[in-house]
Amino acid sequence: MKLLQKTKSDIMALVACLAVYAIIQTLILTDVIGPFWQLNIVLIGINIILVVSLNLINGFTGQFSIGHAGFMAIGAYVSAVLTVKFQLPFIAAIAGGALGAGALGFAIGLPTLRLNGDYLAIATLGLGEIIRITILNISYVGGASGFMGIPRYTDFTWMFAFTVFTVFVIKNFIDSTHGRACISVRENEIAAEAMGVDTTKYKVLAFTIGAAFAGVAGSLFSHYFYIAHPASFTFMKSFDILTMVVLGGLGSISGSITAAVLLTFVSAALASYPEWRMIIYSLMLIILMLYRPQGLFGNKELSLKMLSRWTGGKKHGSTQGN
Amino acid sequence: MALLKATKLSIVFGGLRAVSNFNVEIAPGELVGLIGPNGAGKTTAFNLLTGVYQPTEGQIEFDGKSTVGLKPYQITQRGIARTFQNIRLFADLSVLDNVKIAYHFHVKYGLVESMFRIGRYHKEEAEIEEKAIKFLEIFQLADKKDEIAKNLPYGEQRRLEIARALAAQPKLLLLDEPAAGMNPQETQQLMEMIRWIKKEFNLTILLIEHDMSLVMGVCERIYVLDYGSIIAQGTPMEIKNNPRVIEAYLGEEV
Repeated sequence: MKLLQKTKSDIMALVACLAVYAIIQTLILTDVIGPFWQLNIVLIGINIILVVSLNLINGFTGQFSIGHAGFMAIGAYVSAVLTVKFQLPFIAAIAGGALGAGALGFAIGLPTLRLNGDYLAIATLGLGEIIRITILNISYVGGASGFMGIPRYTDFTWMFAFTVFTVFVIKNFIDSTHGRACISVRENEIAAEAMGVDTTKYKVLAFTIGAAFAGVAGSLFSHYFYIAHPASFTFMKSFDILTMVVLGGLGSISGSITAAVLLTFVSAALASYPEWRMIIYSLMLIILMLYRPQGLFGNKELSLKMLSRWTGGKKHGSTQGN
Repeated sequence: MALLKATKLSIVFGGLRAVSNFNVEIAPGELVGLIGPNGAGKTTAFNLLTGVYQPTEGQIEFDGKSTVGLKPYQITQRGIARTFQNIRLFADLSVLDNVKIAYHFHVKYGLVESMFRIGRYHKEEAEIEEKAIKFLEIFQLADKKDEIAKNLPYGEQRRLEIARALAAQPKLLLLDEPAAGMNPQETQQLMEMIRWIKKEFNLTILLIEHDMSLVMGVCERIYVLDYGSIIAQGTPMEIKNNPRVIEAYLGEEV
């Protein structure tokens, strides 16, 4: 019965996704959504991938990483090389970008994840910058002027498919024994080890998976904007992603999605007032940290149950007992 | 044959010999106590047995195989589970999830199966859930399965920690001061529980304890540790009347 219930909610989620896709795609095709908002919708999708994958590392496994833009850059450049220089199909290029970023995440994760807390944060910040500066000095991929002439393969459909795929895979991972192992590392590393969890393995695993999905986001990014430029992947980009993770709630996927949508939307809406953008952005964060330091959703997930508690009030909340 | 055998175990921190020449032999099915005054090295000895510290010298054999050099999680997978002096639950997780994690290393489905929910995923997850709930029922925590672990009362947190350790299906259970912070009545209940789980799960238990009534009441054999070395061993009766033990606890007679 439990299984049936799970399958039922899976199907409902799928139907909801298809509905959202159909609505937005129709609006795009009928030109109700213009090019500016189309661009921002694609950005929202890319940001969701980045935020959810970083949340796996920071929120669920509790390893504070702030070099996510570096892995995004690897994905952007590797996939661009694959489509431009090797004429591979887009899907193969995305896989290549993900593999490249994942492999680097693995190689970097092994030594750095021995560190914890602030030390890990500093190390990953440095790594993100090292990746960017290394790319800046490789003339094969255009160096400081960026990698130009990338075909625009990414459209709303590609973006939507990969966003759903990312959320699906990471959510399932977290709901499995492997995800519980990651969460146990966050909760109490010594106890996790005493319960037979190979903590090093799961830290590196979460880091690798997170990096691979950042690579996917990078691939979609460079194939939307025709260009991959080192300036797109500075530590400011890493902070942007981190901000969304914290705003949504460390350890909440629905929080990550909400925050990615909200912040991308806000910064797009404020695009014509660039001088106000950062002020409003920071004010939002200050207010949030004062009144809700655990983020919008804390470590909870938005569910139908939660919604019915909000709308149904006390009557439902007390009788549900769960 | 002994289930656990530690020979000449020593560890040196800087200039301090926290544990030296620690010899312990535990046969399958025994319930053994390890006592000693504050700072005698009891918890350090536990940490040596569970791989948290690596011994400077000496040998540890569990189930006929050496465990020296193994990491804590590998030792747990071999069949030694433990609880902690200061409770270490997964504080922000539900009671049920705390127990589920103990099944982690028994799970066979792989990464890809978990990401796409295919293959053995559904069947094994259902089994884990069922087993974990059964466990909570045994420890009378089933009605609190969805509560967050840190919100449980102290006594129940202790019980949950023991339940979690047992869910890993160990052969040997190490309990580090299970009665710490409990009142006499709770200690009494704990004593009964320890006896019961030993029988029910066919376990071997080694427990560290300060509470003399608990140790004397429940243990079949007792080791006494003082200044890092074993100074006496025997039945509770023998230990009670051992002059060296009395000296270690109460000081030398003038």
